[in-house]
Amino acid sequence: MEYFDIFVSILGSAIRLSIPLLFTALAGLFSERAGIFDIGLEGKMLVSAFAAACVAYLTANPWLGLLAGIGVSIVFSLVHGFASITNRGNQIVSGVALNFVAAGLTVVLAQAWFGQGGRTPQVPGEGRFAPIILPGADAMRDVPVIGPLYANVISGNNILTYIAFLMVPLSWWVLYRTRFGLRLRAAGENPGAVDTAGISVTWLRYRALIVTGFLAGFAGTYLAIAQSAAFINNMSAGKGYIALAALIFAKWKPVPVMFACLLFGFLDAFANFMQGKSLPWIGEVPVQIFQALPYILTCVLLAGFIGVARPPKAGGVPYTKER
Amino acid sequence: MTTASVSLPGWISYGVIPLLNLLLALFFSGLVVWWIGEDPFEALKFLVQGALGRGDAIGFTLFYATSFIFTGLSVAVAFHAGLFNIGSEGQAYVGGLGAALVALALDRYVPWYVTMPFAILGAAAFGAAWAFIPAWLQAKRGSHIVITTIMFNFIGAALMVYLLVHVLIVPGKMAPETRTFLPGGQLPKLDWLMALFGLKLGPAPFNVSFLIALVMCFLVWLLIWRTKLGYEMRTLGISPSAAVYAGIPYVRTVIIAMLISGGLAGMMSLNAVMGASARLQVEFVAGAGFVGIAVSLMGRSHPVGIVLAAILFGVLYQGGADLSFEMPNITRDMIVVIQGLVILFAGALEYMLRPALVRLYQPFGRT
Repeated sequence: MEYFDIFVSILGSAIRLSIPLLFTALAGLFSERAGIFDIGLEGKMLVSAFAAACVAYLTANPWLGLLAGIGVSIVFSLVHGFASITNRGNQIVSGVALNFVAAGLTVVLAQAWFGQGGRTPQVPGEGRFAPIILPGADAMRDVPVIGPLYANVISGNNILTYIAFLMVPLSWWVLYRTRFGLRLRAAGENPGAVDTAGISVTWLRYRALIVTGFLAGFAGTYLAIAQSAAFINNMSAGKGYIALAALIFAKWKPVPVMFACLLFGFLDAFANFMQGKSLPWIGEVPVQIFQALPYILTCVLLAGFIGVARPPKAGGVPYTKER
Repeated sequence: MTTASVSLPGWISYGVIPLLNLLLALFFSGLVVWWIGEDPFEALKFLVQGALGRGDAIGFTLFYATSFIFTGLSVAVAFHAGLFNIGSEGQAYVGGLGAALVALALDRYVPWYVTMPFAILGAAAFGAAWAFIPAWLQAKRGSHIVITTIMFNFIGAALMVYLLVHVLIVPGKMAPETRTFLPGGQLPKLDWLMALFGLKLGPAPFNVSFLIALVMCFLVWLLIWRTKLGYEMRTLGISPSAAVYAGIPYVRTVIIAMLISGGLAGMMSLNAVMGASARLQVEFVAGAGFVGIAVSLMGRSHPVGIVLAAILFGVLYQGGADLSFEMPNITRDMIVVIQGLVILFAGALEYMLRPALVRLYQPFGRT
């Protein structure tokens, strides 16, 4: 049973580590399906984490923190839109730029406002999203197999975790079952057709970016006031790029995105667990292998060795009405 | 829309527009400084003084600029071929391995000027090798080079940490770094060059790689505008379909362009590893690969522009360090903000001002 307990604890931490990836990858899904590449996911995560931590610290209210996180993230999304939709700038350059602005600005402001070396003060307990114990979790704990799974993996997460998993079917429904979703996907494949049908590609892409900002705001908030209790310098630590990798690994589809994020979260949790331990026969496996694995897997996938990853056709191309 | 087809004279396109974009970026940086309650003009004064005020300050500025020239050229060469190489950071990091291996192997036996050519080759070869797989994936399998080079930055970082922690570390030491190179594995400082201008270099690590960088600028200019390969690369960059129709081999050109780009990025390590720290350290690139993107955009992918932009960023890096001493409220991360804003205005929003300028210019410009 000991191995099972270890497995359950790794699974529990895998879920917790995959939530920011899931929000961010879904965020990227909306902009990329609308034809806007978004390298700037990392930056949005960072600014929303900072805003959420500041507001939650000042008000001791996690929901106001979430609101601030979402708001700031949408502002960054709109700047990306202004550069890449209105001014038809290079979407990758714009994303890179916003990542830098986010990485620098959060630390500069944190230092100027709080003077604690680029981090915010500790957010008080009531300002955070606390774990929710689902009914019967303690009673179930002694039931073999299902008990620990229910108590440690399904129960005991915070509300944002459950929202993240709700966002998966919701994103699917919006993208595949609503008029907005159909048009959004069309704008990413053939914006000319959307335009010919009398629908504004510009406005459509802006709305997609607002959804992106909205979802990325959750991710940052989760990092700052659910997973930890403060904003820390560069706390997103490349998660925005792993989320981007997960999005590609999932071939730009909502439900596979969830599984890709869970897989990458599991790799991360497994790497933490393996630190300093050695496997039978193999010996100590360097952590760096697990850190690099999401990226290696994504490259292998992109090489076309595991099915074909076909990005949205009009992705990265600014739409020009006349030629 | 109607203004897009109007052509502007070169001095506006290559002079006025980049300058205005730079001013806009500085203006918004000033707003941030003002927002956190400091005087932006005072900050600018400290920044410029800290970067250009003394001999050693200029030395540091040019030291940073040297790294940025290499990475800027790297981004620019790929850019001419229509490829966005976001992986200069990782290529420089792995390039450092090549330079360090050469230095570790030769420094006991030969003087620096014998080590140097091998180190250049080693750094370039390792950097190019790190660019090869993304290049091959782009050319053969159509995988987007932006995504694969990002992935390779992370894979490269993991690889280098592994090598430094487990393989190259000095036994018995805690710090994940190689042993210090002997003088035979170091690139000497350019005291004499500074002395020509009556300046004292002091502790600044301004070294011979600056001259290598200038030679590379010339070679890149020669390659892009004076050779068949450069012509093919530029054609590919402007219109891939036209290039293929004209018989330019797509796969070969993409791969060669990326190998050159990766090699130039790798050479950045000559400056940081052999010129400054005399050992290979974790994260020695410290974002220079990404600064290369900004430098290449500011410099319009032309070697002359790149040198100017690299010096500008050198001023920012060195001056920013000084600024954070003078105004403790402003941390060094302010440079990152300025860098981001420069990329935003000079890169992503480069055409924002164009329609307005066309309207201003048109009444005078008729011939």
